[in-house]
Amino acid sequence: MSGVRVLVGTQKGAFILTSDEARKAWQIDGPHFGGWEIYHINGSQLNPDRLYASQSTGWFGQLIQRSDDGGKTWEPVNNEFTYVGDPGTHQWYDGTQHPWEFKRVWHLEPSLSDPDTVYAGVEDAALFKSTDGGQSWQELAGLRDVKGKLWQPGAGGMCLHTILLDPNNEKRIFVAISAAGAFRTDDGGETWLPINKGLISPWELPDKDADVGHCVHNLAMHPSRPDVLFMQKHWDVMRTDNAGDLWHEISGNLPSDFGFPISVHAHEPDTVYVIPIKSDSEHFPPDGKLRVYRSRSGGNEWEALTNGLPQSDCYMNVLRDAMDVDQLDSGGIYFGTTGGQLYGSADGGDTWSTIAPNLPKILSVEVQTLK
Amino acid sequence: MTDSKTIRVVIPHHLRNLARTGKEVQLEIAGAVTPAAILDELEARYPMLKGTIRDHQTKKRRAFIRFFACEQDLSHAPADAPVPDEVLAGKEPFLIVGAMAGG
Repeated sequence: MSGVRVLVGTQKGAFILTSDEARKAWQIDGPHFGGWEIYHINGSQLNPDRLYASQSTGWFGQLIQRSDDGGKTWEPVNNEFTYVGDPGTHQWYDGTQHPWEFKRVWHLEPSLSDPDTVYAGVEDAALFKSTDGGQSWQELAGLRDVKGKLWQPGAGGMCLHTILLDPNNEKRIFVAISAAGAFRTDDGGETWLPINKGLISPWELPDKDADVGHCVHNLAMHPSRPDVLFMQKHWDVMRTDNAGDLWHEISGNLPSDFGFPISVHAHEPDTVYVIPIKSDSEHFPPDGKLRVYRSRSGGNEWEALTNGLPQSDCYMNVLRDAMDVDQLDSGGIYFGTTGGQLYGSADGGDTWSTIAPNLPKILSVEVQTLK
Repeated sequence: MTDSKTIRVVIPHHLRNLARTGKEVQLEIAGAVTPAAILDELEARYPMLKGTIRDHQTKKRRAFIRFFACEQDLSHAPADAPVPDEVLAGKEPFLIVGAMAGG
């Protein structure tokens, strides 16, 4: 079938929504793994029926599920994430050192060149890689060498939540960690660089030259231009044109530059989307109006997209991994809220409709465009 | 010939779904029947349960898992302590329970 498949991770299970290219009528399949937190589900671009899901609860810990038929059936694969060597300690809230402890998998990113290779971003922050479809996991431990002792958890935990793979260079990977910052490897994960120059976080870090400790919420890239990255930081929307060597602010006229997700249009590398949230103290949209903001100039000039979205008394949040785009010509975009609403637009954000009004709290949204 | 015992084990809802089994499973255990031996055999039969009841490496019970039998909470008993005679005799099951937590 050609069309769109939306993979939704929620606090109480996974949902898979499908539609044809018109994206008007949706079939909802789920919950898969009912009662479990699904932090993320993601599919391989090479084999869209190969899906990976991160399943966890406080009772039974972490599981990884794999599907080879687009989510109709699932098999648990290996759930053992062991840090290399003695992982040591990182900074704790009170300034003391705290042992590194695995808690959960936040993000799964299948390789662009091999459907059996997949990366997992975990809490406490580390990057793992599997080359056998999830049957075993190896940590890329060089990441923790980048001043890992100075990293400390944000309110949501010390999680590695974003993994971007460079489509032109298999050895280059970008990751982001709360609250440590953004990092890049150019050798497939052996060694890493902090890429946080230009980030200014006076409310989080008194040292404006600090190269780690920044609270990066999400990164986005257009595959045609992998040296240009967009960042939603705790506060500030940022852009780099040199693969993270230097960032500059592009918040411009946003009503608030605090927020979580950031996405790029599938066919317009300078069209960027954010969802402003009032503040770190008040995790809901400014003025009770749920507005996606779109820049068509790569930042700084933003327009509110409101048609079809609630414009009064709206007080939910949109989490960092809960927005994604499709690849159809008209450039569809989707996001899910902590109130359990899944919204979609088939026209780049000009008009929105409610795809699913009553899901559990939405933790992640990934979109597959099926040929 | 090693003497083995048939032990009845009740597992919680989510783990039944994961292992695709019923509420109660029966395990043949040779040698001393202890919580550790029961879990070793359970994980051998259902490898997908590894890591969900106890840590992969340390074998420490997960915080919100409890072990009950014969109206006793065995969660804090040593993992290598014998289970009650009624469990050995198959009269009572060994219960693996998701602890009450939350609101």
